[in-house]
Amino acid sequence: MAKTLAAPAGARRDLGIALLRMMIRIRVLEEGIEKHFLGGEIPGFAHLSIGQEAVAAGTCANLRRDDAIASTHRGHGHTLAKGTSMRGMVAELFARATGICKGKGGSMHIADFSVGMLGANGVVGGGFGLVAGAALSAVQRKTDQVAVCFFGDGATNRGPFHENLNLCAVWNLPAIFVLENNRYASTTSTAETMKIENVAMRAAGYGMPSAIVDGFDGFAVYDAVGDAVERARSGGGPTFVECKTYRARGHYIGDPERYRQKTEVADVMTASDPIVRMQALLGEALSLGEFERVWAEAREEFADAVAFARSSPAPEKDEAFFGAYTGDREPGNPVHDFEARERDEFLPFAPNVGTGSQGSGH
Amino acid sequence: MTATTQQQTGTTVMTNVEAVRTTLHDALVRDDRVLIMGEDVGARGNVFLITKGFLEEFGPERIVDTPLAEASIVGVAIGMAMEGLRPIAEIQFADFIYPAFNQIVGEAAKTRYRSNGDYTCPMVIRTPYGGGVRGALSHSVSIEALFYHVPGLTILAPSTPADIKGLLNAAIECPDPVLFLEHKKTYRSVKGEVPGGYYTIPIGKADVKKAGTDVTVVSYGYNAHQALDAANRLESDGVSVEVIDLRSIRPMDKTTILDSVRKTRKLLIIHEDNKFGGIGAEISAMVAEEALFDLDAPVRRLAGPDVPAMGYALPLEEEFLISTDEMVQAMRDMAKF
Repeated sequence: MAKTLAAPAGARRDLGIALLRMMIRIRVLEEGIEKHFLGGEIPGFAHLSIGQEAVAAGTCANLRRDDAIASTHRGHGHTLAKGTSMRGMVAELFARATGICKGKGGSMHIADFSVGMLGANGVVGGGFGLVAGAALSAVQRKTDQVAVCFFGDGATNRGPFHENLNLCAVWNLPAIFVLENNRYASTTSTAETMKIENVAMRAAGYGMPSAIVDGFDGFAVYDAVGDAVERARSGGGPTFVECKTYRARGHYIGDPERYRQKTEVADVMTASDPIVRMQALLGEALSLGEFERVWAEAREEFADAVAFARSSPAPEKDEAFFGAYTGDREPGNPVHDFEARERDEFLPFAPNVGTGSQGSGH
Repeated sequence: MTATTQQQTGTTVMTNVEAVRTTLHDALVRDDRVLIMGEDVGARGNVFLITKGFLEEFGPERIVDTPLAEASIVGVAIGMAMEGLRPIAEIQFADFIYPAFNQIVGEAAKTRYRSNGDYTCPMVIRTPYGGGVRGALSHSVSIEALFYHVPGLTILAPSTPADIKGLLNAAIECPDPVLFLEHKKTYRSVKGEVPGGYYTIPIGKADVKKAGTDVTVVSYGYNAHQALDAANRLESDGVSVEVIDLRSIRPMDKTTILDSVRKTRKLLIIHEDNKFGGIGAEISAMVAEEALFDLDAPVRRLAGPDVPAMGYALPLEEEFLISTDEMVQAMRDMAKF
C-alpha cells in the first residue's frame, strides 16, 4: 500500500480522482435508489452497498471491458464500476423496457454482458462457478482476460465458494476472488457464523495467495487487486483479496436492523467513509471546488437517468413469454405457441365449438 | 401479534403469517424436541417476522441462526431428525432450496426406505414460495413440481390460516419428511378464523371450499383464493363451480377429486407453477385413468407459462400470474361446453 502523507501527484492523482468520481457516482446512484424505492417508483427488493464503494471502484479500475465480473445481490456499485450506464441501470430498476435487462431483472438480477458483467445474483454464492468458468474459457481461448468474483462474507460459508477456490487454484486460472467482508451475512453477524477473523486464511487451504486490505481505502483496494490482476494475466493463477469493509445500510431497503446498534453504523462511517477517506488521501491534490463539481456531475447524471427512466415505457406484456428458448421470438415457433401461450385460448376438439382445424381431424 | 381473540367461539381471526407463527410457537412450547433452524431466524426473527421474539423466549439452542448454507441447514436437520429431535428447517425463500436438493431427495426421502423403517426422518422444511411480490427471478418461484416426483416426500401447501395450523401440526407430528409450502402473497392478504387449542388436519385430505354442480376446480395456494372469488362471482350468472383446495399436494386426495368430477363432469386445474410437467399433469392423468368416461369436456389446465422465471416489471409479472378474470372466463367456458 503506497500511503504517504504527501498529496499524490501525476498518474496517482489522476487515479485517485477517478476512484473518487466512481465512488461518488455509486453513492449518488444508491442514495437515489433508496429515495425512489421508498417513494414507490422502484418495486421489489433492493440492497445497497453504501460504505463499500471503494471495493467496486478500486477493483474495476484494474479491469478491461472484456474482463468478466460476477456480482452479488448488492451489485449496483460493481455494475456501474464495470461500465454499465447509469441510464440503463436506473431504467432497469424502474422496470422499464429501456432497462439493461428490459425490465426482466431489476436490482437483484441486473446483468450487462456487453461490459462483461455476468450478473447480480439473487442467490448468495451464485457467481463462483461462473467466474471459474469464465477464467477457464480465457485460458482455453488463449486470451489474457481475467475474471473477478465479488462476494460477501456470508458466501464463504457455502459449498460453491470452497469448490471453486479449489478448482481455480489447482487449474491455475486467471480468477480474482474479491471478498467484501462487511461483517454481516444478511442480518446475522459474521462473528456468529464463522470462528475466524480473517476469511483470507481459507485461501491458504487451497494453495491460493491472498491479501487483506482496508476496504475503505480505494488506493489500497486498487493496488491489491492490481497485483492480483497482473498475476492472473501473466499466468500466475488466482488470488484472494479480502477487503475489510462495512455495510452502512440494512440488508435491504426497509430492514429494521434489530441486530445491530445505530451507533455502530455512525461510528464506522464517521471514521471510515470511503469517499471522505479518498478526499483526505488526495489532500491538496483536489480542490474543494473540484470535489464539489464531481458531486454535482454525479447528481446531474442521476437526474438524467431518472428522467430517462420515467419517460421510458414499461415492457410489453407479451415480453413475458420470450426468451426461454432460442428462436422463440419467431412467429409460429412451436415452443412459443404451444407451451407459453396455450392458456390464452380454449379450443377443445369437440365439433360444437368453433370451426378450427383442431376439429377437422376426426 | 395483532390477532383478535373471540372468546365466545374459541376461535381467533388471524392472517396466514400469524397462523404460521403461532403454530410454530405452540409447537416449541409443547415439545422440547422441536427446534427451528435457518437463515435470519434468530435476532432478525425471520424475514417475514415469523420467529420474532423466539430467540429470546427459547434460546439459541432451539432457535438456530445458521450460515447461508441451505445444503447444511437441511442436512443437519436430517441428522437431528434421525437421532431423536423434531427439527423445523427454514429455507428463507423457496428459490434458495436448490443447494439442498441432494439432501432432500437423496437423503431425507430415502431414509425410511433404505433402513426398512429403522430410521425415520421426522422433519419439516418450511419455505415461502410463489410470486406477485415483484421478487422476479430469484424470489418468486414455485418449487412443488420439482419435488412432486419424489416418493418418500410429503408436500403440503395449505392456503388458509386454519389449514396452516392443522397441517403444520400434522407435519411436525409426521414421522416422515414434509415439505411445507407457504404462498408468500397469502401471508398478509389472507385472514381467517382459527380454532383454539391443538388440532391436526389429516395429511392427504383436500378440502371442498365451495360446493357446486357445473365445474370442478382443483387448485391450491394463492390461486385457491382467486378461484373461490371467481366461483362466487359466477354464482349470480347461474354457474355453479365446485372449488377444491388440495392442501396436500402429495399425497393427492384422489377420492375428493374423483367424487367431485363424477358429479360435475368437468375439471379445471389451476396452479401458478409452470404447466409442463406440473401438478396439473398428474391430476389430469389420474382423472383420465379413473374417470375418463364420466367427463363431458376435456380436462383443462390454467397454469404458469413455460418460461423460466417471472419478470421484474409489472406487465411481465402480471402476464405470468393467472388473474381472477382469466379464471372466471375459463370457468365460464367450461360450464358452457
